[in-house]
Amino acid sequence: MKLELRQVTKRFGDFTANDRIDLVVEPGTVHTLLGENGAGKSTLMNVIYGLYEPTEGQIFINDQPVNFKGPSDAMVAGIGMVHQHFMLVPVFTVAENIALGAEETSGGRLNLEATRKKIREISDRYGFAVDPDAIVEDLPVGVQQRVEIIKALVRDAEVLILDEPTAVLTPAETDQLLGIMRQLRQDGKSLVFISHKLREVREISDEITVIRRGKVVGNADPSASTNELAALMVGKNVQLVVDKDQPHLTDQAFSVSNLNLVSDQGVPLLKDVNFTVRGGEILAIAGVQGNGQTELTETIIGMHPKATGSMKINSTELLGLNTRQVLRAGVGFVPEDRSTDGLVGSFSIAENLILDLFDRKEFSSAGTLNRSAIAQNADHAVQEYDIRVGNKYDAASTLSGGNQQKIVVARELTRDLQLFVASQPTRGVDVGSIEFIHKRIVAERDKGIPVIIVSTELDEVYALADRIAVFFHGELMGIVPNDTPRNVLGQMMAGATYEEARESVPATDADLETTTPETTGSVRADKAEHTADQSVLPWAEGDTP
Amino acid sequence: MSTANSSVPLDSAASVAQSATTLGTESQPTPSTPNPQMQEHEKPSLFTRIAGGGIGLSIGAMVAALVVGGLLIAITDPATQKAAGYFFARPMDTLSAAWKAASEAYLAMFRGSIFNYEAKSFTKAIYPFMETLTVATPLILAGLAVAIAFRTGLFNIGAQGQIILGAIVSTYVAITWQLPLFIMLPLIVLGGILGGGLWGGLVGLLKAKTGAHEVILSIMLNYIAVNLLLYLLKTPLLQRPGNTNPISPSFEDYAIFPKLFGHSFRLNWSFVIAVLAVIFVSWLMNRSTIGFRLRAVGANPHAARTAGISVASGYILVMVIAGALAGLAGSAQVAGTERVLTTGVAASFGFDAITVALLGRSTPWGTFFAALLYGAFRAGGVSMQVETGTPIDLVLVVQALIVLFIAAPPLVRSIFRLPDPSKPKKKKASSKAVAEAK
Repeated sequence: MKLELRQVTKRFGDFTANDRIDLVVEPGTVHTLLGENGAGKSTLMNVIYGLYEPTEGQIFINDQPVNFKGPSDAMVAGIGMVHQHFMLVPVFTVAENIALGAEETSGGRLNLEATRKKIREISDRYGFAVDPDAIVEDLPVGVQQRVEIIKALVRDAEVLILDEPTAVLTPAETDQLLGIMRQLRQDGKSLVFISHKLREVREISDEITVIRRGKVVGNADPSASTNELAALMVGKNVQLVVDKDQPHLTDQAFSVSNLNLVSDQGVPLLKDVNFTVRGGEILAIAGVQGNGQTELTETIIGMHPKATGSMKINSTELLGLNTRQVLRAGVGFVPEDRSTDGLVGSFSIAENLILDLFDRKEFSSAGTLNRSAIAQNADHAVQEYDIRVGNKYDAASTLSGGNQQKIVVARELTRDLQLFVASQPTRGVDVGSIEFIHKRIVAERDKGIPVIIVSTELDEVYALADRIAVFFHGELMGIVPNDTPRNVLGQMMAGATYEEARESVPATDADLETTTPETTGSVRADKAEHTADQSVLPWAEGDTP
Repeated sequence: MSTANSSVPLDSAASVAQSATTLGTESQPTPSTPNPQMQEHEKPSLFTRIAGGGIGLSIGAMVAALVVGGLLIAITDPATQKAAGYFFARPMDTLSAAWKAASEAYLAMFRGSIFNYEAKSFTKAIYPFMETLTVATPLILAGLAVAIAFRTGLFNIGAQGQIILGAIVSTYVAITWQLPLFIMLPLIVLGGILGGGLWGGLVGLLKAKTGAHEVILSIMLNYIAVNLLLYLLKTPLLQRPGNTNPISPSFEDYAIFPKLFGHSFRLNWSFVIAVLAVIFVSWLMNRSTIGFRLRAVGANPHAARTAGISVASGYILVMVIAGALAGLAGSAQVAGTERVLTTGVAASFGFDAITVALLGRSTPWGTFFAALLYGAFRAGGVSMQVETGTPIDLVLVVQALIVLFIAAPPLVRSIFRLPDPSKPKKKKASSKAVAEAK
């Protein structure tokens, strides 16, 4: 069965999650969607599976236009999906789970025998080795995933969507899954495979479509080098241009020394981190998500009292203070996930703008909130930060992502800061707001305070950074200048030091990085040979710590 | 006429508590939205949907409950049943009998709770309303105890235990010391605050330090409080000398709240304390920095933590305040209307307080008026039974129905065609379409 998407666009308010996506999945092929977290892959899959309706564009099956009202329509049309988080009832048996929603009954009683037969049939054909009477929660994760696949196959799925199926698997289980995928392909099924692990992608794919910030930025051949794939994925051309002068360093400094953090399970999350950020410069922290950046920002803000070492603003020690005291010491903090950590959704915009300022003299006296001051502050912030609101007393949850983020940024920048830390400052934010937020961050740096930005988007890192720090497995791999080539950064993000990365990247390739014009078309494998072998990229291995 | 102090069996309160849990904190669905960007568009949890249902929802639920209650009155009315025997011959007989039964019962209830227009003197005419206020007093205080915790994201099922502890300490003060009224009363009130605050604070402390669920904790502390009361009432500490029953000595005149409007009415100064408590809680939750903290903890503990607000101390603080309010209800009972401590002191207030807070949408003034309504049901139910023979149990049924309707906002909305706050645009559009169709 051939699945085709033409100009499919999905918007949530101002935010465009998918922008005019074209995609053709031929029968008997594995088509991979490659992209960073938040690039819009999952949204696109939910559009195909009928969970979201496309804002624009059309889906075709065997060249016939189709409109899905819900997943059941998609299932009837022959589309099956294996979700990242399994949709199974843990206490049911395999057969019961698979029968669920399409139970066969005889005289009002559940007839599982037919389902069992089908499971054995499929299990034998593809070598799944799944016992229909096993309880799902007793099965290993890899087998549970096979149950999900059987569930789709029992419903005669011809197109199978696998949403980051390997994220939860061990390497051995991953290999088994890839084997199953090959068999399914041989049987003529169309597979849509989502992953950001380049090794698997290169091994199994027939075609690769790379998505970044909701757009298709290129197609690649599976024989393309991991380097090229990674370059496409994180973006080659710097689209984000921020006007900024050379940094004027001041005497202020934020210095971290011998910072260590161990999780409750005994896993080291931060290992001997040492760095200094001077006033007037932006240190951007790059790294694949989950390599200690989140823990670093949380430690700075006082959420990990067990951390050891030292963190000082000028001569004030921050380690050992609680969050409130850290904020009081002049740290501005934009958390990674604004809807969970940055805002109280049901609070008004005005209230959110004082969420960590409410007990300051300006906004309260003798334990009573000063309403007029709060209202004035809101009016002022709404105007200065161009927050598009209907009414400052509306709940913050009614705003778009970009405007919500502006609230958080506005709040953190309204007080006098000694240090500004922003984590993923523009994730899920529309282009207009990105520019605005970036300008504000640079303005804060120009005031002469140290600024730390954490971002998994290399574009953003390059746009803002005066220096770049790279994290890998909780370790600081090095701090490098902001003109370091992407592939050098890429290697550092996979655990190489600057020197190692520098050596293994040919000079020509580094030049290529800075001179190649915008690449939105396709990168083919022609010039890949000479780099393919040496490059070890973070996404090449499953490296969840 | 005594305050309804027929003690509702503990296990029924507990089972209500359990169902309340399933409808509240425990069952907040965390929909596994596969798309991280979509989380800000998440549907509000059931918790917020009930609490933020809007005043229309509360009134709608009440009206719907009264209508169903009216039907029940009609169905159980002997005259109506008799007329229904020849329904197909003369259907109007049945309908008019049903109308008569329901309207008379409700009118009797009105006369018994708001204004007795048949009374001969003014005092007798407004006596029912004064009675409503009297009955409502402990409900206001206990209702606030539930509402304030609810706003902080906690389900305080423990009002019963907190009332009992407040009453125990107040009683101890009242029967131990002999001091002038103007010293005794503040001490008694303080005793109620201390006893309840301690019992509530214990819940907050255990939750903050160990992560135990507040519903389980407060239910278990209810059992402990009930049995502690029973035990203490059999010790010389609280038991009336020369009596074998679990009952305390009567409070002397220097240890009770003076009557507010003379001896014709039972209404006393504890009602004023309840009103002051409403004003205080209103300021606390809406205007104070403490309230800002508590609300932030209730609405999004993660964001509160990131903003430097301590979630743990928020939990402890709110439970101390909630317990103190419920403890005040205990003082109001023993030193207001009862003048004695018995095992039935908490009656069903702990359980009714949850209903009152829900009906009042957890706002202080909402809770106040919801408590008045409940007081009116209580006071009016008695005269309804006396005058029309409609059993007072019906009042309980109506109360239960109100909760039922409040817990099912979509049902009430579809009956009264109220807009759904969680999806304003869609509903507006559809109601427009309805208007155009008409």
